[in-house]
Amino acid sequence: MNLNLDFAAILERWPAFLDGAVLTLQLAFIATVLGTVIGVLGAIGRRSSHPVVARICGIYVEAIRNTPLLVQIFLVYFGLASLGLKFSAFTVAAAALTINVGAYTTEIIRAGFDAIPRGQIEAAEGLALSRAQIYWHVVMLPAIEKVYPSLTSQFVLLMLASSVTSQISAEELTAVANYIQSDTYRAFETYILVAIVYIILSLVMRAGFWLLGLVIFPRRRRLGTPL
Amino acid sequence: MHKITRTDAASSVVGLSDVHKSFGALKVLNGVSFEVNRGEVLVLIGRSGSGKSTALRCIDRFETIDSGEIVVCGHRVSDPKLDLRALRQDVGIVFQSYNLFPHLTIEENITLAPCSVKGISKAQAKEQARRVLAQVGLEDKLHQYPEQLSGGQQQRAAIARSLAMQPKVMLFDEVTSALDPELTGEVLKVIEALAADGMTMVMVTHEMGFAKGIANRVVFMHHGKVHETGPAAILTSPATPELAQFVGAGL
Repeated sequence: MNLNLDFAAILERWPAFLDGAVLTLQLAFIATVLGTVIGVLGAIGRRSSHPVVARICGIYVEAIRNTPLLVQIFLVYFGLASLGLKFSAFTVAAAALTINVGAYTTEIIRAGFDAIPRGQIEAAEGLALSRAQIYWHVVMLPAIEKVYPSLTSQFVLLMLASSVTSQISAEELTAVANYIQSDTYRAFETYILVAIVYIILSLVMRAGFWLLGLVIFPRRRRLGTPL
Repeated sequence: MHKITRTDAASSVVGLSDVHKSFGALKVLNGVSFEVNRGEVLVLIGRSGSGKSTALRCIDRFETIDSGEIVVCGHRVSDPKLDLRALRQDVGIVFQSYNLFPHLTIEENITLAPCSVKGISKAQAKEQARRVLAQVGLEDKLHQYPEQLSGGQQQRAAIARSLAMQPKVMLFDEVTSALDPELTGEVLKVIEALAADGMTMVMVTHEMGFAKGIANRVVFMHHGKVHETGPAAILTSPATPELAQFVGAGL
């Protein structure tokens, strides 16, 4: 066995890796923000007393959770193309990732909503708050707090899964790696480096969620039990 | 001391007449009628499952009734077109399990509804929060979170939160059942002070000694019916064997 690693040719391409990493983070950021919005609306929809709304949200969740991400990406990519709509690979990738993570987020946030004791809602109703006010002021934050660790994991997973969008030539980190390894013939070294960069990105995201948690859960901060 | 209470229809704050309610095959309320006048304290007692909590919850329409009529502060509660939020602005309710909002400070718990429902200013609401907290003896807890308070303090804060909406009638649903005797005492003292201020109240309680002291009227429920009703004196000299057995077992 003769393992001969040479990172020199790889490391000198660091600006390309950096660009790829930035793009990966951008994809993750967009899908996280929009996915959270979809997740909240989807969770409210799934709990709706309106059977059609609840059913539509249920179908969305099940359809996404039972198909591979790559297939979903191709569906968006070729679907939009066959409708004659032209979008950049980045836009398509961001859209597909958002649709994907929105379904998982819907389920996670729904679990958070379901975990709010009935008494909390009754107390709010007793104070004459409207349904929307109850969701916004009473249910939302404690529900998200309960599932915040799951949400964090889901969004980190999403960032890692965004490597699949290299298949439609989004210029994210994995696509950059594919291109550099075919250029330098240093495949193993390239993917070692890329793996390290992904680990760093994951840590950055987790740190970001931790900081965000300090801001949106002031009680946790005050009582010294941050998430 | 008993307060002077008028009994004319104009001063009626809560009125139930011939209320029926079933949960599936289980008949919980079987023709319940009673009336509460302004400034009066009505205490509902009875065994678990006798329907007293359900009767109380019907007043604020947390349960809908099958037949009969309920009128609260001029709102026809039994009317399907009832403006629920208008009713609940007039009625304050406090539950056994406090139900303070855990992510909000005591001040935020209290100001939430006045600000978002009544639309009063933040400054005004904070001023009011201070006042109602002083009323329940918790003015120093303004910026604490519920979990930093004892059970008794949480229940007093929940009472203050209800008071901040300036209700015309307060409902108490076994508010001391989760508390030890000492904490029960501090909550009951707050309720006594409210009664002395002339607040109209309906309460479900198992504290017979307290009921004797505070009730203008006692309603003893049994099998979904008002089995016996009268002034607090009926607790010491019951007319029916069922109430005699209930208070005998309770003391």
